[in-house]
Amino acid sequence: MNITKNKAFVIVLPLLLCCLFYSSVHATVIKVGNDKTYKTIKEALQQANPGDTIIISKGIYKEGNIVINKPICIIGEDYPVLDAEFKTEVLSVKSSNVVIKYLQIQNSGRSAMVDEAAIKVYDENNIIIEGNKLINNFFGVHLQYASHCIVKNNFIKASQKEEYESANGIHCWKSDSLQIIGNTIYGHRDGIYFEFVKNSVIWRNISQNNLRYGLHFMFSNKNAYITNYFSNNGAGVAVMFSKEVVMMNNTFEENWGDAAYGVLFKELSDCYLSGNKFLRNTTGVFFEGANRVTVENNTFIGNGWGLRLQASCMDNKIERNNFIGNTFDAATNGFLTLNYFNENYWDKYEGYDLNKDGVGDIPFRPLSLFSVIVEKNPPAMLLYRSFMITLLDKSEKILPSLTPENFIDNNPRMKPYTL
Amino acid sequence: MIRILKYVALDILKNKIVIAYTIMLALFSWSAFGLEDNESKGILTVLNIVLLTVPLVSILFSTIYIYNSNEFVELLVSNPVKRSMVWKALFTGLSISMVAAYWIGVGIPLLIYANFATAIMMLLAGSLLSVIFVSVAFLCSTLTRDKAKGIGISIMLWLYFALLFDGLVLFLFFQFADYPIEKVVVLLSALSPVDLSRILILLRLDVSAMMGYTGAVFQQYFGSSWGLLVSFGLLCLWVFVPFYISLRKFKRKDL
Amino acid sequence: MISIKNISKNFGKLKAIDNLNLELNKGECIALIGPNGCGKTTLIKSILGMVLPESGEILFDGKSIKNDNDYRNYIGYMPQIGRYPENMTIGQIVNMIQGIRNTQEALDKTLYEQYAIEKMLDKKMRTLSGGTTQKVSAVLAFMFQSKVLILDEPTAGLDPISSEILKEKIIDAKNKGKLILITSHLLSELEDLVTQVIFMQEGKLILHENVNDLKQKTGEQTIAKSIIQLLKQGKA
Repeated sequence: MNITKNKAFVIVLPLLLCCLFYSSVHATVIKVGNDKTYKTIKEALQQANPGDTIIISKGIYKEGNIVINKPICIIGEDYPVLDAEFKTEVLSVKSSNVVIKYLQIQNSGRSAMVDEAAIKVYDENNIIIEGNKLINNFFGVHLQYASHCIVKNNFIKASQKEEYESANGIHCWKSDSLQIIGNTIYGHRDGIYFEFVKNSVIWRNISQNNLRYGLHFMFSNKNAYITNYFSNNGAGVAVMFSKEVVMMNNTFEENWGDAAYGVLFKELSDCYLSGNKFLRNTTGVFFEGANRVTVENNTFIGNGWGLRLQASCMDNKIERNNFIGNTFDAATNGFLTLNYFNENYWDKYEGYDLNKDGVGDIPFRPLSLFSVIVEKNPPAMLLYRSFMITLLDKSEKILPSLTPENFIDNNPRMKPYTL
Repeated sequence: MIRILKYVALDILKNKIVIAYTIMLALFSWSAFGLEDNESKGILTVLNIVLLTVPLVSILFSTIYIYNSNEFVELLVSNPVKRSMVWKALFTGLSISMVAAYWIGVGIPLLIYANFATAIMMLLAGSLLSVIFVSVAFLCSTLTRDKAKGIGISIMLWLYFALLFDGLVLFLFFQFADYPIEKVVVLLSALSPVDLSRILILLRLDVSAMMGYTGAVFQQYFGSSWGLLVSFGLLCLWVFVPFYISLRKFKRKDL
Repeated sequence: MISIKNISKNFGKLKAIDNLNLELNKGECIALIGPNGCGKTTLIKSILGMVLPESGEILFDGKSIKNDNDYRNYIGYMPQIGRYPENMTIGQIVNMIQGIRNTQEALDKTLYEQYAIEKMLDKKMRTLSGGTTQKVSAVLAFMFQSKVLILDEPTAGLDPISSEILKEKIIDAKNKGKLILITSHLLSELEDLVTQVIFMQEGKLILHENVNDLKQKTGEQTIAKSIIQLLKQGKA
């Protein structure tokens, strides 16, 4: 549904921008540098006409806050360094149709009052931010009320130790039709942050070692995130209060910790997960108040919990996934389960397949008694792998009495899918 | 002592039960690693062997062996040998053979298949468990002269450590679910060598994060290298105390 | 050589030894007799330090045996039923005891040779008959030229020839001036061996006399008859 829409964006938006540049093809090129016409960027900006290109040579520019208030193209040569010495915001974009490329922007101010960023876009459209290095800033890229913007191939890194003194790598607020592509983000609070953003695509980004979430997604409907890689983030990835989100072929890896999740789904509906890999997370996917989510063709390997479905979830479909080597494949805190499991591969399945159709002849119950106990009484996890627990689990398998009746996969596969 | 030890150890090592035990351990662990498709599952299967079979065989075999070697002990004591020497030699001999059986049966596949640090941890924990239950067997056999009673006591003790203790802990969890009893439970688990070694191994197996707050408390107490020393110290105490009590009793015992 | 002073030992309510005093000297061959459960074995075990008396003390060459192990270097002990580690061979047992004793003196190998132990060195203890096990026990008891020999039912289970060999060995030891303490149910067996008789009943010493004195006193020809005579007289 909305994938196609997003794909349309990816194609249409560059075309639009091409037209834009074509119209201003007669614009002049202004050079900034020690031995050039203009020594400072601010001077050059003042002299430039809309549609001009400013080329900044290699060097260190400590000019404090630079406001871009006309449609212009700023391109760095050999990554000139724009250093704000922890005092101010660096680039404030207050015009539409701006291109910012190949700059190294570092040490922005740290004020949480005005959300200082390396590059901040105020209520503008058609901005391209590409190939920059944003080092040690408060916010990396900050978009508010922006639309049709492209943030592409930037390298964004921060090294704060505490959450409160750190902000997000790519922060998007009340925006529309964004493309966040191929960025690499380390060490921020949230790698990518979306709030009230719609019709956008997040594609091929790497978000690692961020203090809180690799991706933080709230009140953002109709977005897609595809082929991203999230690992070792403090709390994994959180997708909350959103509708119609598509997630495909992402990898969620090594998010270990007491409150870390591969993906946390909270108050989410009508979403589609396919082809994702959840590897070695404390919890692969945590569902809380999630409805009508389809989870298919995903791989869950080596997680503490593969899936945790809180009682507040209903009408979710979990089909054709691989569950391999998880401590618990699934857990729930309720007695009534209104979700649907079918044709998954569970490596804990011990049934048989007499007619050799690849589907086990007896149903599989992914919920072990111990997982139910732990859900009610988390400290009981201390008894994991003890003989008594093994006995309890076995007897429950033979005579199910405490685990929910319909938490069941009626067609468990005998062999894993190749995904 | 060395000479007595040599013969005792030789005698036990040639015992058919020890050989059968070694073969059984080897069969279990090779098949665990061979049949399970991933290493961590294999390790968990082996963990079950370590936590169940090793204590059971150690305590049962040792108890029976001690009762059966009554006359042998008499023979030695009638010679110019210190009583404590005889007892220590017997203990060392039994411990060595149980540990050897464990190393040959479980250790080799473990070192081949598992991650080195984890393997070392399991080897250590398993060896200590073997010796602990040999030590407990010595205590059992000094509690009563009656062989049947002694074996009964040792089986009861095994059942207690392997099963009932955990039941008790679970019961406590549910009974006091509304209170912050994590620290108490962590402390309590140190009272059972089986639980202590299980949790030590689990902490190495990455599931610690799943243990929530209790796990964090445990990690904090026993996960650090200092805590590791403390917990191994505790396990050593489990070796030392029952044996020391039995030694004191044996010194005053009429043969 | 061995002085037993006022020792008592209870097993629960049973008084196994009741305030016993004894003086055992070298060159004697003493028969320790009495009905079943009279405390013979308990006395032997007390001397060997295997049973610890509740009161009284035992002196060996004037030194208390409490907390001492070395005096057992001078004692050869042959138990009533010798049970040995099943999987050890005779050779290993012999070696082990030699090692424990760690003696510098030459070993007495007469019994070893006479019982042809050499041929059986590789046999495992568990395969041996009761008689053969007794032979091994005898060999071990006599091997170390001990000053004191304590033999608990030495001839039980032995065939007549072996029994005879053992008796000769005992007489030989007596002639060498050793102290020998023998218990046996069969008094006739002891007839030509012993020089003294100790008779015990219910943990008490009833009689400790020279054999010749005893025979003279009762006018009987054998020890057995003398004892019965005494019992009948009610003296005992």
